[in-house]
This record gives sequence, C-alpha cells and structure tokens, in this order.
Amino acid sequence: MRLFARKRGEAGPLDYAGRWSLRSWVAVVLVFQYLPLASLVLFSFNNSKRTIRWEGFTFDWYGRLASDDALIGAFANSLTIAAISTVFSVLLGTMAAIALWRFRFPGKGVFDSVITLPIVVPEICMGVAMLVFFGTVAPWPRDLVWPLDLGAITIAHITFSFPFVTVVVRARLASFNREMEEAARDLGASELRAMRDVLLPHLRPALIAGALLAFASSLDDFVITFFTAGPNTVTFPVKIYSMVRFSVTPEVNAASTVLMAITIALTLVGMKMQGTDIASTESP
Amino acid sequence: MTTARGISGGSRAAFWTVFAIPAVWMLAFFVVPLSIIWAYSFGRTLGLTEVVVTGTPDNYARVFDPVYLYIFAKSLVFAGATTAICLIIGFPYALVMTFASTRAKILLLLAIMLPFWTNLLVRTYALMAVMRTEGWVNEAFGVIGLGPFEMLHTNFAVVTGLVYVHLPFIVLPLFSTLDRLDRSLIEASLDLGAGHLRTIFQVVIPVVWPGILSAVLLCFIPALGSYLTPDLLGGPDSQMIASVIERQFKRANDWPFGAALSFMLMYLTLAAMAWRALAERRAAVRDQR
Repeated sequence: MRLFARKRGEAGPLDYAGRWSLRSWVAVVLVFQYLPLASLVLFSFNNSKRTIRWEGFTFDWYGRLASDDALIGAFANSLTIAAISTVFSVLLGTMAAIALWRFRFPGKGVFDSVITLPIVVPEICMGVAMLVFFGTVAPWPRDLVWPLDLGAITIAHITFSFPFVTVVVRARLASFNREMEEAARDLGASELRAMRDVLLPHLRPALIAGALLAFASSLDDFVITFFTAGPNTVTFPVKIYSMVRFSVTPEVNAASTVLMAITIALTLVGMKMQGTDIASTESP
Repeated sequence: MTTARGISGGSRAAFWTVFAIPAVWMLAFFVVPLSIIWAYSFGRTLGLTEVVVTGTPDNYARVFDPVYLYIFAKSLVFAGATTAICLIIGFPYALVMTFASTRAKILLLLAIMLPFWTNLLVRTYALMAVMRTEGWVNEAFGVIGLGPFEMLHTNFAVVTGLVYVHLPFIVLPLFSTLDRLDRSLIEASLDLGAGHLRTIFQVVIPVVWPGILSAVLLCFIPALGSYLTPDLLGGPDSQMIASVIERQFKRANDWPFGAALSFMLMYLTLAAMAWRALAERRAAVRDQR
C-alpha cells in the first residue's frame, strides 16, 4: 500500500485520496448512491410499461403526467404551499435570526432552543402534533376555496421551514460589520431604517439561500404533510406516495424525476449563492 | 415571560419588531401542538376523537408491554445497525474527502449532497424498483445463476434503505471533524513507524472521537424515527416506532397511547441531543487546555 502512496511524489504518505483502495471504496459508495436514482430517471424515458428492459426512448410517460388532472392539481397545490411558506419562512426566520444575534434578553436560551427544535424533532412527532392541533384545537375550516383550503398544511410547512432560514441568516450575520450600521445611525438614520438599508443588503445572499432551502424543504415534505392533509388537499409527494404504494410504473418514475429535478436545481442555485457569498466576504 | 427590562443590544421597539412574530408563531404552532400531544399522553379516549386528560400514567405503562417493547428494541437495533454500517461505509469516504485536492473535495461533497437533497420518497422508491424480485439486482444475480431473492419487504431491505438514506448524515459531520484534524499527528505517527491502519485506529480515531460520536448521533436520531423507509421497504415484521405511532393516530384511533409513544421517541431524541451537547462542551473544554 505504501508503495502506491510514494509513487505520487509530493503529497507523500498523507495522500489518502490517491490510494487505489480508498478510491475504489469511494467509487462503490457513489455507485450505491447513484445507481438506483440513475435507473429511476432512465426508465422514466423507457418505451415500455415494464421498468426493467430498455425498449427505446420516449416522452410518453411525461405526456401522461401532464394529462393526469389529479396529479397536476397536486403539483399546483405543492407549488402554492411552497411559495407561500417560503415568503413567511424568510420573514419569520430573518426576524428570529436578528433577534438572536442582536439582542440579549431574558429567555434567550429558551427561544434559541425552541427555534432549533423543529430541525431535530422526529417528523412523525411533528406530524401527529399537527394532526391533533388542526383536528381538534384549531380546526381549519373545511370546504374553503382554493388555495385557502391549504392553510393548515402551509402553517405546518412554515413552522418546520423557518428555523432553517434562521440558521442560514444567523451564519451570515456573524460576518456583518456593526460599524457600518453605527455609521448609518451617526448619519441620522433611525434604527429600523439602518436595519433596512444597511443590514438587509448584507443579508441578501443568505436570504436567497434560505428562501430556496425553505422552498425545497416544503416541496419535499411528505411525512408532516401526510398527517396534516385532509382528503381533498393532496400535495405532489402525497400523490406520488399513493402511486408508489400501488406499484412500480414508468409514470411514477416520471413524476419522481420531475420532483427530483426541481429540488436539485433549487438547491444547486442556493449553494451557488452561498458560494459567491463566501467569496465576496473573503475578498473585501 | 420576557420582561422588557433585561433587553439590551438595541431599542425595545426594534427588539419587539423582530422578536414578537416568530415567538408567537412558534408558541402557537409548535409549542402548543406538542404540548397537547404531551398532555394527551396522560389521558384516555372518550369516543372517536375525544380525549380526556386524567393524568394517568397508563399509556406509558403500556409502552412497556412486551409487544411494544419489542418494536422499540427492534427500532433501536435497526437504527443502531444503520448507524454502524453508515459509519463503516462513510469513514473512508470522509477520509478521502479530507485529503483530496480542493477541486476533488468540492466534487466529492457535491456527490454526497445531491442524493441528500433528493426527495426521501423518490429515493425510497428508487430502491424499491432496484430491489424488487424483477429488479436490477435480481437480474444481475440471474446472470450468474443465482436467485431471484425476495429482498423487498424484508428487514434486510429496511436496513439497506435506512443506510442508503442516512449515509450523507454521517459523511458530512465526519468530514467536518476530520478536516480540522492536525495532520502533523498523522505524520508523527507514520514517522515513528506505525502503519497506516494502525495510525488510523490508534491516532486518528481517538483524536476525532467526539466528532465521530456527534456524527453517529446525527445519523442515529433520524434513523430511529424513520417512517417512510420501513413503511415502503419493510414487510409485516419490519415495523418501527413511527409505524406504530401512525397506526394509533390514523387507524386504531388511540390518540393517548400514540401520544405516549411519540413522546417516548421525543425523549430518546432529546436525550441523544443533550448527550451530544455535553460531549461537545467537554471536547471544547479539552481543546482550550
């Protein structure tokens, strides 16, 4: 083994990344992670009802999705919920982050823990809590017009999404130069005005990243939605779940591929935003 | 509650502007719903969805019924096995990531993050398709004259699924802890004649131990509360705690008992979190010395 490491010269004995044994380990891990997903995407384009042998390329399954009214309805529900939840999550998450970063107040530790709790609480616990809350204590009125009937799900989504925004914004706040704000105050800006005109522009990359994160996590959620949703308020993942239980079909592959593409695209953009953010703070 | 007296860092008006709305939201839509479940765990059912809170500990006593104790034990075993396998698979990956060039590091990070961002349901479904009797894996076994094996709807499928889903949960924290490791320790160990494996087991692992514990918990906690994976990949004998909780709330309609089960899961999660916080504090104190 040592022989291989030495051959690579400069990096020498610490070049663990260059060892063939470790490299093949990484390759196996990646095959394990990607093969099922690749096969899922591949067979969504397969010209056959069976999802095991390749019979030629087709867009038929996507066409079928587009003409499935129930699925399109569920998709519209998901996008609507995600959009509303994102707006609220960014607002609430940013407020909470500023409160925690800027102020000292009694009960700060409790507030901090409660805000972080939705990230660690098992989804099933939060799901049943929402089920009971909206089932008995605060029943969401039935038979409301769309999109008001999605209220309960949206509230649940905001609750689990905004703590993520708080985490991202808080990290960004750490690099804020308070003197900038003080300068604004010295020049006569009110405290709120200084926050709006000096602090918020600094936070912009984190706000975008947080928004994308909130949007993706809302679009992605199955467990909590499954417990909060009524029979008439089906979201895209809940709909896919009911299809998956039934059987493995190319339609489900196509629907899954759509969902996967959206979340990955959103998260990549979010990551790029945060990447540029890091770059811009490092070179003043 | 919060008194305005102790607020510092800015004006009161500014504080209440940013604090009030998130605080009220959390209280109304998180603390209250969870408190209700907590209260229900000390109650009993009256009719379909009516629960009266009597303060009875009966529901918690029922958790210790052998049937449910068995499911708790099985969930702990599943989550434990998942974590152990993830650690074994993930550690070398994290090690390679740590010592890779900057560019390769980013690619490896992205490669492990992409599945992490992919919808849980989609990933579980992808595994279902692969592990079916007529799926890829059995096709491959068929080529070498083996099988087909019934893999789907078994405990094996559940653990495979849990490992598949939770691998990124362990790789990311492992990487962040290995990345901070002082490399001269490894060099010293190698210079003094220890082999690579010995260096890893006797130098690297003891030094990054708190980080490994933390990574283990970050994998174990979500694995323990998994609902979707055992539901879709498991058979009748693969139920985990979450499946039982779901049944109490949806089909069996025994909310107080379901509430007690949920809170047992919560207590386990919180205990694990507290342990992690404690371990981290201890490590921080040690680092300062």
